[in-house]
Amino acid sequence: MAPKSLRTSRNPDLIRGVGKFSRSKMYHKRGLWAIKAKNGGVFPKHEAKPAVTDAAVTKQPKFYPADDVKKPLVNKRKHKPTKLRESITTGTVLILLAGRFMGKRVVFLKQLPSGLLLVTGPFKINGVPLRRVNQSYVIATSTKVDIFGVNVEKFDDKYFAKEVAEKKKKGEGEFFEAEKEEKKVLPDNKKDDQKTVDTPLIKSIEGVADLKPYLSARFSLKSGMKPHELVF
Amino acid sequence: MPFKRYVEIGRVALVNYGKDYGRLVVIVDIIDQNRALVDAPDMVRSQMNFKRLSLTDIKIDINRVPKKKTLIDAMEKADVKNKWENSSWGRKLIVQKRRAALNDFDRFKIMLAKIKKGGLIRQELAKLKKENAS
Repeated sequence: MAPKSLRTSRNPDLIRGVGKFSRSKMYHKRGLWAIKAKNGGVFPKHEAKPAVTDAAVTKQPKFYPADDVKKPLVNKRKHKPTKLRESITTGTVLILLAGRFMGKRVVFLKQLPSGLLLVTGPFKINGVPLRRVNQSYVIATSTKVDIFGVNVEKFDDKYFAKEVAEKKKKGEGEFFEAEKEEKKVLPDNKKDDQKTVDTPLIKSIEGVADLKPYLSARFSLKSGMKPHELVF
Repeated sequence: MPFKRYVEIGRVALVNYGKDYGRLVVIVDIIDQNRALVDAPDMVRSQMNFKRLSLTDIKIDINRVPKKKTLIDAMEKADVKNKWENSSWGRKLIVQKRRAALNDFDRFKIMLAKIKKGGLIRQELAKLKKENAS
């Protein structure tokens, strides 16, 4: 019989510190007379619980820190992904503003759980692979591409995590040898993923006139263009 | 050089400052040396300083402070809208508005079209030059 946790008091407050019912009334309300009657006129007695001696259960640790270290408070808050700008929807053409692909026009696919945007060139058109990009480093244009038939369910932030290479212990001799440069080759499954995402995209892009050369070209500010007056 | 565009009742003017920037209005009355009462079919009749108005060539035939319906009929009769949109001033404003509303994709398409046009012109010119030289 689990009582409702945080059960409200049966004795409402008239004023803070003064209850409505007297002690005898509360005795009756709580049913203590019934508990006594059930137990033959006295309150039921429970045996004391055996105290668990910690010494027998845990060993003394062999190392104490010099000063008492305060434990940080528990924080169970979970971050929500960054709020996506209204102008950015699936298939929007975005202009990248920073990084290796500065000025490139790319197609937006979806927002990942970390808040970053998943974006693709498509690769065959402008050399931008499946990539994550931050919303702040992007201008959203009002041009949209039809994303019918593109399945981006399987991509998330773990897909883009860096590969952890095994550390090899270097001997003295190896320092003086020319370091064997291991070229980082893109694994085949990633190349295939790029192709599966890009082929339906390229089809819908070729359906619109001039869209392919538009995506191949880079954006730049020319003389006389005022960014605060431009409509993207 | 005498003045050609006079401030008078019925003169169509363009608002060049303020909330109604870019709107075509008709002067329906003169309040004092600086202000006029102006009205337009889609606007509440209000006063405006002359400094906010740029006079146009168009004038319509109305009495002092006509009713809204009379004003609209008079504007239809004088065909203000078409006269304005065919005048060079009006056409320039329309082109400015269209250019300001261009998309990034539109600007790209225009760039391609300009290059193509320039190429065609240069071809024709080269042809004519060759004919002239021979």
